[in-house]
Amino acid sequence: MPRVAPPYGSRVNSMPVWVRSPLVLLAAWPMAARAGWQSALDPQGLQSNEIRHTLFIFLVVAAIVWIGVVVVLGIGLLRRKRTPDQPLDLHEPFEQRAGRIVFGLGAATTVVVLGLSLVSYAGQRTVFAKDQNTLALKIIGHQWWWEVRYEADSPHQSFVTANEIRIPTGQPVKVELESADVIHSFWVPSLTGKMDLITGQKNELQFTANNAGVYRGQCAEFCGLQHAHMAFAVIALPPDQFGQWRDHENQSANSPADPLGKQGEDLFRGRGCALCHSIRGTQAGGQLGPDLTHIGGRTTVAAGTLPLSPATLGAWIADPQHIKPGNLMPKMPLQSDELIAILHYLEQLK
Amino acid sequence: MSIAAEERELRDDALDGLQLATTLERIWRTPSGLIGALMSVDHKVIGRRYIVTAFAFLFLGGILAILMRIQLAGPERTFLSADKFNQIFTMHGSTMMFLFAVPVMEAFAVYLVPLMIGTRNIAFPRLNAFSYWMFLFGGCFLWISFLLNVGPDVGWFAYVPLSSLQFTPTKRADVWAQMITFTEVAALAVAVEIVVTVFKLRAPGMTLDRIPLFVWSMLVTAFLVMFAMPSIMIASTSLILDRLVNTRFFDPSSGGHPLLWQHLFWFFGHPEVYIIFIPATGMVSMILATFARRPVIGYPVIILSLIATGFLSFGLWVHHMFVTGLPQLGAGLFTASSMLIAVPSGLQIFCWLATLWDGRPVYRTALLFVLGFIVIFVVGGLSGVMVASVPIDTQVHDTYFVVAHFHYVLIGGAVFPLIGAVYYWFPKIAGRMLSERLGRWNFWLAFLGFNVAFFPMHILGLIGMPRRVYTYTADMGWERLNLLSSSGAVIFAISFAVLIVNVIYSLRRGALAGDNPWDASTLEWATASPPPPYNFERIPVVKHRDPLWADSESLPVVAGLSADSRQVLVTSLADAEPQIREASPEPSIWPLLTAIATTVFFIGSIFTPWAVLWGTPPMAITLIGWFWPTGSKEDEE
Repeated sequence: MPRVAPPYGSRVNSMPVWVRSPLVLLAAWPMAARAGWQSALDPQGLQSNEIRHTLFIFLVVAAIVWIGVVVVLGIGLLRRKRTPDQPLDLHEPFEQRAGRIVFGLGAATTVVVLGLSLVSYAGQRTVFAKDQNTLALKIIGHQWWWEVRYEADSPHQSFVTANEIRIPTGQPVKVELESADVIHSFWVPSLTGKMDLITGQKNELQFTANNAGVYRGQCAEFCGLQHAHMAFAVIALPPDQFGQWRDHENQSANSPADPLGKQGEDLFRGRGCALCHSIRGTQAGGQLGPDLTHIGGRTTVAAGTLPLSPATLGAWIADPQHIKPGNLMPKMPLQSDELIAILHYLEQLK
Repeated sequence: MSIAAEERELRDDALDGLQLATTLERIWRTPSGLIGALMSVDHKVIGRRYIVTAFAFLFLGGILAILMRIQLAGPERTFLSADKFNQIFTMHGSTMMFLFAVPVMEAFAVYLVPLMIGTRNIAFPRLNAFSYWMFLFGGCFLWISFLLNVGPDVGWFAYVPLSSLQFTPTKRADVWAQMITFTEVAALAVAVEIVVTVFKLRAPGMTLDRIPLFVWSMLVTAFLVMFAMPSIMIASTSLILDRLVNTRFFDPSSGGHPLLWQHLFWFFGHPEVYIIFIPATGMVSMILATFARRPVIGYPVIILSLIATGFLSFGLWVHHMFVTGLPQLGAGLFTASSMLIAVPSGLQIFCWLATLWDGRPVYRTALLFVLGFIVIFVVGGLSGVMVASVPIDTQVHDTYFVVAHFHYVLIGGAVFPLIGAVYYWFPKIAGRMLSERLGRWNFWLAFLGFNVAFFPMHILGLIGMPRRVYTYTADMGWERLNLLSSSGAVIFAISFAVLIVNVIYSLRRGALAGDNPWDASTLEWATASPPPPYNFERIPVVKHRDPLWADSESLPVVAGLSADSRQVLVTSLADAEPQIREASPEPSIWPLLTAIATTVFFIGSIFTPWAVLWGTPPMAITLIGWFWPTGSKEDEE
């Protein structure tokens, strides 16, 4: 089973805040290796690893420069000074020497930044290298959820899902990024850096997960009212498990076996749910909201807003505007037995 | 001009001492009463209003920051709704950038530049008054809209298509876009005044290599304003047109493109950072020289660095767009150009360090803020080098790392020098000293609070916290660092409360300052504190870069300006040799009326395109009133 990384905060909280925060910087690297599921310091992919490497080089150079400046400032303030009578009584040899030193430091700065530019470019080449033999995905950003399309050469292998992306470990994944409305940004820091989803433009991003696990991602470009609730999960599976999942996901939805489930299916169609949501293999074919064909097998509700359980899904259907104000899903007038039937039906869609 | 008329004119060399002061006072003073105050064209009166207004917006923007920090102090807090939070972060950014940071730097320039270069008033003083009113009305327009729940909620960058009519059908985006027009008109007006004042009104003998560094920095800034601001005005006007009359500048379905907005915005937006930062470096150079008790080392190096920074700042806007899918090689080149700006910034730091190395520092509050500036700003500069790298930026872009970075640059790089400048020039402006004791509290609370508030944000960004989220869940592991940051923000806010208390207390009880309390070297300290309406009884002659240190006993002066009417001395651009005596405008109510007419026009035009039609005649009428010939003596040789 995939490793579900526990959150960052739960392990380093034993120290008081005022002790911990300076330490976090000093100890960022050793700690990062154990850190969370949405973290640039905890690389689990080829690209994120390379980026952290570049970041580390920059951080070391930056630390050296900053310490150098502060030490020179400190010595400069504390050292014993000659005592001229008035401000314009300058010591000419010092002025000339200071000029030469300033010039030398300026030249050194130039060399350092050009060197860092090259380091950066080398990292950039690795991060954005194009691979063959990729798994192709198309991701379309919506306010405020993610449409995920698995696109294969054969239409039998192509299907649509939402807010959850399963990928095989070790194989490069190529995502094509588009937007259905405003600009969003696709970001899974544990795997790679972000890329925007821009209206009227196709962007592309490639990444490879080294280890199996659940990696949280989140929209990183402000996209309106519920920008904060536009998350998703990337679940990296060993290739054989991924193949099984894909075959299963590719199938149409289960038909409900029991009367309550059948009632739920009817209500789903009759009460307007199907106007916006698709369930493959049924008459529900709406395109405005997420595809729900296998919703019962997902891990979260409402684009990562809540973990999926009968309770959270029920609460969501009962009043989506309370949980995620402003989202497009309206509150439908449902009796409690109707709600239970719909819920029962959706849970079966594994 | 006939000889007879020439003989009738009273020149200042015919009068002496008290007599001259009384005469000049009568000519240059601002008329009394409310109407008189509204008519003022005195750069000191307007500069003071500008400074006070900009600080009022700073405090308003600061209150918003505190509200956001309360909301984010813990996971899933419900102190603010998503809608309120989005309005508040948009208002915070817009207020700080457009209503505080840029105006406050220009405000100090309006007050100080004419004094530093030894003239009686700024060039185009009525335009200066107009600029202030436009700034005030634009700021009030934005804040009243916010209080009426029509505050913009699309971010201070208002990216399309989110800000387009389809996704923001209310007037909120229009309010933002039109506020831009107000403040940019105000900023452009001041930029023009500064350039002309510095080029043509300098005291005789103030050659280019004797101009104080703050004046140099404002000159460079003024040029940046003139080249950068038109870009954002084009952008915001196009946005209003898209929203109001269905043009399609940014609509990809009709051949427009959302990235066009981003290019136009950041072509302004990046120089904007230097429009804020460069004046602050000028303040640092002035304060440092005075309290290190020696001239700043590398005067020409600093000037060339300022100019180089100005040029480079137009060549790196693309680093705000590294994750929009640009060609990789192009993006890589912008990495290099962005990092190169570290060279001129670094050179300035090295010059300041060398100055302190040799100087004998006098630890007054103003110097403490400059030292704090160096320590903090270098962090921001170095994190800037990090975000300039494309691969690193793909991770930290739009996260709290960037929030930390630019607050280190803008608060460390501009607000710390600015507060230092308040402590340094308050005695000149108010005639009384600020309390040093409260000043030390102010500095240490600010230094501590700032770092506690913003340093943890670097880490928050790296462990995955994006910007502009109104809440987060407990399982993200962000809550401890957020709580720490929020407590730092409270300490930082207290430091500003100390500043307010200090100012209010010192205005009444502070020790009298005298002309030159710090024994500083530049011309603003050669006149009374606060300066009389005419600035200098006689125009000084400058023979040295540090005139008051070189001629500490008495400053040589020129004579011959009119003592009958407002006159300034125009000098040549490079060598500041006297050329002509130029009339300087009298107080006038017309700039205020023009600003009111323009305000009606601007606000009307976000509701109906017809406002362009009916809004223009009132503006034309007020402008005719403004420029109506009064028959006064003009342009005498």
